[in-house]
Amino acid sequence: MELRKNYFADQRKDDLHEIGQPRPRSDSPGHVTGKTAYFADRNFPGMLHLKMVRSPHHHARIRSIDTSEAEKHPGVVKVLTAKDVPHNVYTILILIQIGPEDETVLADGKVRWKGEAVVAVLAETERAAQEAAAKVKVDYEVLPAVFDMEEALKPGAPLVNEYHGQNYYLYDSGECRKVRFGDVEAGFAGADHILEQTYQSSPIEHAPAETTGCVVAPEGNDRFTCYTNTQAMFFTLDNASIILQMPGSKLHFVGGTVGGGFGGKVDVIVEPIAILGAKLTGRPVSFIYSREEEMQISSPRAAEKVVIKDGFMKDGRIVARKVTGYTDAGAYSRHSPYGAQKGAGHYPGPYTIPNVWIDTYCVYTNRTPSSAMRGFGVTIGDFALEVQMDKLARLIGMDPLEFRFINAYRDGDMKAHRQPTEGAALIECMQEASRAANWPVAEKYLSMSSYTKGA
Amino acid sequence: MAIRRGRGVAAINYPTGMNLGGDPTQALVHSTPTGNFMVTLSSVDLGQGMKQIMAQICAETIGVPTDRVVVDTADTDTGPHCMGTFASRGTHRAGNAVIQAAREARQVMLEVAAEELEVNASDLETDGQGNILVKGAPQKSISIFDVALSAHFKRGRSISGRGMFLIPRSYPEKETGAMKPSTCYAHACTVAEVEVDDETGEVTVLTMKNVFEIGRALNPKMVEQQLVGGSWMGISHALYETTEPYYPNRDHGGTDFNQYLMPGPGDLAQTEIIVLERPSADGPYGAKGPGEMCANPQIPAVANAVFDAVGVRIDTLPITPERILRALKAQAGAPN
Repeated sequence: MELRKNYFADQRKDDLHEIGQPRPRSDSPGHVTGKTAYFADRNFPGMLHLKMVRSPHHHARIRSIDTSEAEKHPGVVKVLTAKDVPHNVYTILILIQIGPEDETVLADGKVRWKGEAVVAVLAETERAAQEAAAKVKVDYEVLPAVFDMEEALKPGAPLVNEYHGQNYYLYDSGECRKVRFGDVEAGFAGADHILEQTYQSSPIEHAPAETTGCVVAPEGNDRFTCYTNTQAMFFTLDNASIILQMPGSKLHFVGGTVGGGFGGKVDVIVEPIAILGAKLTGRPVSFIYSREEEMQISSPRAAEKVVIKDGFMKDGRIVARKVTGYTDAGAYSRHSPYGAQKGAGHYPGPYTIPNVWIDTYCVYTNRTPSSAMRGFGVTIGDFALEVQMDKLARLIGMDPLEFRFINAYRDGDMKAHRQPTEGAALIECMQEASRAANWPVAEKYLSMSSYTKGA
Repeated sequence: MAIRRGRGVAAINYPTGMNLGGDPTQALVHSTPTGNFMVTLSSVDLGQGMKQIMAQICAETIGVPTDRVVVDTADTDTGPHCMGTFASRGTHRAGNAVIQAAREARQVMLEVAAEELEVNASDLETDGQGNILVKGAPQKSISIFDVALSAHFKRGRSISGRGMFLIPRSYPEKETGAMKPSTCYAHACTVAEVEVDDETGEVTVLTMKNVFEIGRALNPKMVEQQLVGGSWMGISHALYETTEPYYPNRDHGGTDFNQYLMPGPGDLAQTEIIVLERPSADGPYGAKGPGEMCANPQIPAVANAVFDAVGVRIDTLPITPERILRALKAQAGAPN
């Protein structure tokens, strides 16, 4: 790695003692010698293991659940169903007033994705819990499922989630989050060229070294200590408090040393049901995702579809950009309404464009619920934007890097969401990339600066 | 049939934090009787090194070496509220809270030292090595060890401070979408160089040259580990990963690291990282959040490089050999 101190030297005092120093990490020796304690290193006498019975169907009505055989299985201590969960229908962003509550801790009457938790089994060993889970009999009436966002948005599509009433999240702005800036149609009308393209992505896994999980210990004072690898301690505690209808003062969360998150540990999935298990049995409970659960049950990055329509001039200026973004939330909201909205705040990318129209939709399908991931709401948008930029440049025979200089935002430029640009540095990054990659650009681009307002 | 070479570029920016949701983090700092400092938080270290960075920020602000600071984090009985570690917010939000708490603690420390030295607190400075000196008369000094002892046992003072950082939540305007998603943005420009085998569709990423602008590299070695890891993750996202390889059929999704495709060490490109620093107006010592954005620009850079190599556009991720071969066949006019 090289630090290029010649850029922005006038904005920086390099007079610090501890900051800017490559100090060795104090936790590294523990990590690399195996001495660091993670949540799963907690082991308590009498600890129970929790395993989930999961839906084999993408969309189905539950006619009945028979747990009698599972309860008789040797080593089984408790079997939990929806009726055991005090506040079974929840949504995590209710803490920042993004409702409605739309997801069940344990399925109640219906499953909406393949893998949804239906029954929780607590047993003396992981093996006993797994074997007993296989003995739970659930009678399903399979319903038509929808896996494609366009299909889900068509009239007559199967309704994925009754708590929403339609297959998209309803923002205060309507069926999508909107950004309107300038007059996009007038921009298209005056453009030399127009290009509309569609980009898509698949869900991907966070792939942390340490799978999601927690260990819960009931304390002598009627409190519960939850050792967890959540990325957000109070966010998880407060949601657990709502789901369990238990005062937050009864809950003590301990964490903060995590084997990778990447956004995969911000859903509140394992802690509430494990605490409930500990409360109802009076025994410590461990609920740790297998690698298979981590990869196929925990939320992936959403599948996205991005349609970009650009109007641009022969000289390289983009004069109008219309973006329609679709985020596949899967069956439940989790963080997806926020992610789609974050996308609306991100488009049209780091470029100054006078006419912009943005619609971002959060769509429900019967896919695995997606949620936050590194680059949430932005990564796929950047893929779409930057491939589109390459196409536009080539369409008018311009160098793709020079094309970006022409459109790059600079300090003072008004963004589509009506904030003036501050602290821009795109131009300098591109100048340095031109040098580092030996990708020559015209001198006039090398003498540009983010400090001066664009044309 | 041939191995074809191409290169592609991408340029991006990325917001720090989640202004659209409300974004508070608090910190407490106190000294032990012998002049070490405890930072108490409820923020989570995901492995990226948050504890180390908070220690360096606290040390810089108080004016002691980093090894005099211990970070105790993520216990809800002791640590004050933090929204969480996500949205590239950890260093920016918690760092600002730590600075505020450390400043308050530093002020008390200087006041106690002033009483011991019989000078005004405003005439004192720290040497960064564990001592407090009179400005312009450095022979008149006291160690922070002695100041802490004095505070605890003689002066009855608590060398401690409270820190809070909150950017008020921005609510998007319904019709126009006017909003303030972030107060600062990190930037990047990446050039990817690839080879594409037009017989097998296989892509080899040869080099990945990344320029990142991150506000301030608080610990350059840790910045490097995060940015290199991000660059690798970008390659993985571009070329390999999906939980649904046969979508819309949901069967046969990967369930372990044998089935879920990611690049191994031999598949990773020669990676170059160059860092620029334009300090953010409201970041701790100018830092921005580069944690997420560092994995983004490689994806379109690779897609553009594949086009440059073989002349087909793959607009659906991941860019698999199958998709490249189908596109090449379509381009040649052959049926898929």
